[in-house]
Amino acid sequence: MLTIFLIVAIAVFAAVYVSWRAGRLDRLHARIEATRAALDAALLRRNCVAVELAASGLLDPATSVLLAGAAHDARAGSRPRELAESDLSRTLRAAFGQPDFRISLSGAEGAEELLTELEAAAHQVFLARKFYNEAVSATISARRRFLVRALRLSGRASAPEFFDIDDSLVAGTSGDGTDMPRLTGRPSERPWS
Amino acid sequence: MRIGIVCPYTWNVPGGVQSHIRDLAEALIDLRHQVSVISPADDDVPLPDYVVPAGRAVPVPYNGSVARLSFGFRPASRVRRWIRDGDFDVLHVHEPATASLSLLACWVATGPIVATVHTANPRSRLMHAAEPMLQSALEKISARIAVSEAARTTLVEHLGGDAVLIPNGVAVRKYAKADPLPGWPGPGGAIGFLGRLDESRKGLSVLLRAFESIGPSRPGLRLLIAGPGDAAEALGQVSAALRDRVVFLGMVSEEDKVRVLHSVDVFCAPNTGGESFGIVLAEAMAAGAPIIASDLEAFRRVLRGGQAGELFAVGDAADLARAAERLLDDPQRRASLSAAACEAVRDYDWPVVARAVVQVYETVVAGGSRVRVVAAALGR
Repeated sequence: MLTIFLIVAIAVFAAVYVSWRAGRLDRLHARIEATRAALDAALLRRNCVAVELAASGLLDPATSVLLAGAAHDARAGSRPRELAESDLSRTLRAAFGQPDFRISLSGAEGAEELLTELEAAAHQVFLARKFYNEAVSATISARRRFLVRALRLSGRASAPEFFDIDDSLVAGTSGDGTDMPRLTGRPSERPWS
Repeated sequence: MRIGIVCPYTWNVPGGVQSHIRDLAEALIDLRHQVSVISPADDDVPLPDYVVPAGRAVPVPYNGSVARLSFGFRPASRVRRWIRDGDFDVLHVHEPATASLSLLACWVATGPIVATVHTANPRSRLMHAAEPMLQSALEKISARIAVSEAARTTLVEHLGGDAVLIPNGVAVRKYAKADPLPGWPGPGGAIGFLGRLDESRKGLSVLLRAFESIGPSRPGLRLLIAGPGDAAEALGQVSAALRDRVVFLGMVSEEDKVRVLHSVDVFCAPNTGGESFGIVLAEAMAAGAPIIASDLEAFRRVLRGGQAGELFAVGDAADLARAAERLLDDPQRRASLSAAACEAVRDYDWPVVARAVVQVYETVVAGGSRVRVVAAALGR
């Protein structure tokens, strides 16, 4: 009698434990989906603002064409997305890195709003990518656990992948060693450096 | 946005985390967000209307000292009810790895959770022993913020993952006006210093060496020094004739710190290294003090390359003395530095910092879900 009771108890305990572990893994997968959605939204927003800037007539035609082209490539999906988004970052950096870029735009109607929005959008890409990659690394290490592999707790969910792009057009904007975007609306001393 | 903030420590006990949360919550409210803070609090203590009490915190031995923490089923069920009633877009927990309310909140909640890490702890045995339990709660956090490089390093080493660095804000308003201490700065001028006396990185001995060289030729000049540490030992570095002109206040309250900054003609930050941000400087700037500071990279950034304060060679007492004399003899230059500092410090004001935090909120909320309580006890 006691043996049966013990076996049942152990079986119940094991079942509860396994379902708890499966629940944790499930939550990690949900976190990946949520952060991935946020990352997509951030990339799309940056793309939209870049297109708006290109079409605004504020820039010289050559810069406008480059910018619109890079934004189009990033959206079109003809190349691996990470490469295309990195190229958009580089194009933005090249545009903003022109000597006296901000000074030449100061005073033009709507310029400050657009640039501020672009800075914010680019910073959002930086944040979203960081949070997504963090979720991916937490999930990868959870999926490597013995129990998870032995019981195939991750089910049919495909293995998550890191999203690696060059988004450094924001990394240097705050200029004070922190990850604060410049939101004060004043021209930065070292824009996009 | 509806924001729920969890404070792990008793609200009415002064502390860095508590004042950070208070300033952040108020800045967010000013930005027209709806904010609710849940915090342990003593009974019968008046609380701001955005704070929900979670009951008394209990003193327990923790990490080698006694901490007042909130744990157990009752606070957990209060947090649960607070989350259910609050219907938050985002949950922001502070110090999630501390065995208190924040950890409980991570247990009972699901959805967009942001965590801020404040302290830089060496790895504790407790953290090691509790790691599986911590891990399952911390896995739910979708974005982490560290307030300093040291806190970020601790986080990366102990809990894995990375964090966004957003510094503490400076409540510029609170520093702007204060009465000088009675009798200060005095006719001969005064130089101020804030910080630990016995920590060599804070550089007090550099300032004392400089005073040794300019003190004798300026009979009225005094030093005003505030901060914890052994005053007698520091005074030993000054020759006997000058000692009565070096005034130590010991550790001072927040209000007195502001008064100290308003009591001096020149504020000196002689740090020799290790400052990642320079909060001391930002506070002095908010008070409008004319500043001389070591030419450290962090300080140079905060002072806009020297526009908002004079820089001298790191650890060079003679250079410090020259900079101090220049300023003491030039009231006009002091006034213009003071004005430039007040302007430059606005980059570190709470509204700016709060907007950076809101951007993190927006990023995690973009995932589409809301904050919910997990249904069953085993759902944790």
